[in-house]
Amino acid sequence: MQDARVGCWALFKVFSHMAMQGFGGVLPFAYRHLVERTQWLTAAEFGQLLSIAQLLPGPTICNLSVMVGQRYAGAAGGFSALAGLLLGPFFIVIALGAAYQELAHHPLFVSAMRGMAAAASGLILATALKLAVGMLRSSAAKPAAATGEVGLDVGRTLFWRRVVQVALLMAAFVGLGVAKVGLITVVATLVPIGFLLFAFVWRKP
Amino acid sequence: MNDDVKLGGLAWHLAVLSLTAIGGGVVLVAPDVHHYVSVQNHWLTDEQFAAMYALAQAAPGPNLLFVTLIGWMIKSWLGAVVVTLAAIVPSSCLVLALGTVINRHGGGEGRWAGALRDALAPLAAGMLAGAAWTFLSVAGAGWRGIVLALAAAAAAYATKLNPLWLIALGALAGAIGLV
Repeated sequence: MQDARVGCWALFKVFSHMAMQGFGGVLPFAYRHLVERTQWLTAAEFGQLLSIAQLLPGPTICNLSVMVGQRYAGAAGGFSALAGLLLGPFFIVIALGAAYQELAHHPLFVSAMRGMAAAASGLILATALKLAVGMLRSSAAKPAAATGEVGLDVGRTLFWRRVVQVALLMAAFVGLGVAKVGLITVVATLVPIGFLLFAFVWRKP
Repeated sequence: MNDDVKLGGLAWHLAVLSLTAIGGGVVLVAPDVHHYVSVQNHWLTDEQFAAMYALAQAAPGPNLLFVTLIGWMIKSWLGAVVVTLAAIVPSSCLVLALGTVINRHGGGEGRWAGALRDALAPLAAGMLAGAAWTFLSVAGAGWRGIVLALAAAAAAYATKLNPLWLIALGALAGAIGLV
């Protein structure tokens, strides 16, 4: 897994390449570069690192770049990969920001930005929808071996897991979006509740 | 208030928030950042705030760069650099610290990680929907904006279209006065 040929500069280059291609999201390009082109990771390793990157706080793709960089070249590698990921796009968004400030008083531009912002919030909504549907699908699948009395128990657990999932989803939406109690309150309240329920009361059967 | 104090406050706020944004990526900090930047301190208007996210979405690279743009709007280059570092350095250091353990022992498969993942999936979906709701309510596009957002969500959900096209179509719809 440790490959001496992958140094900080190589990490920087590969991550900046994928970042500059990543219009509308870097993750698909991360897979293409890390698994298919450089073969630094197998598909299974990529999946495992990605799921850890999502569990940890902070931007998922940044966490992934730090983990991959660190695996090959230690902390310096982690920061090289992260720098590669961010440096090019940083200057591009600044250019866009400067253009925005120049054009901010042009009425046509203002209405175009309004449409863009609405579409962008739709994209966030689509991600939420994908997560929710994926979650409900996976909790609907009943283990094939579960039949009879055991199957009834499994079914009951699965039912309550879905109830809790939907309740957590609604609570998170209302808390963050509608009641605006703040991210820290939402996370500090709902994560422990969900964790305790899924670890002790309704464990995955 | 002094500009540097402003920037320091925002940086501290972001550093704490980015360590809290688990499960759904950096867009989860948006409602808090909006409250801090636009409601409490009036550094950006609601429309400007929503536009910054749309711009970051239209650019290549991670969407976290929307906070870079907010820093840029508040205090130019210094603002952009400070705010970006505040959003990524704390969480990256945490990942480095844990990464040594993860690379050595693997991870994310045990019972506790499983329960955590089970809890985070619905929370991430709900919080993302909450963040989308925040953007929509501040974008100033009214009911037509909501229709456009729902259409974009449906298209992004049902097709493999590059999101950039949907952003462009949104801009077009805005420009010709549909929103």
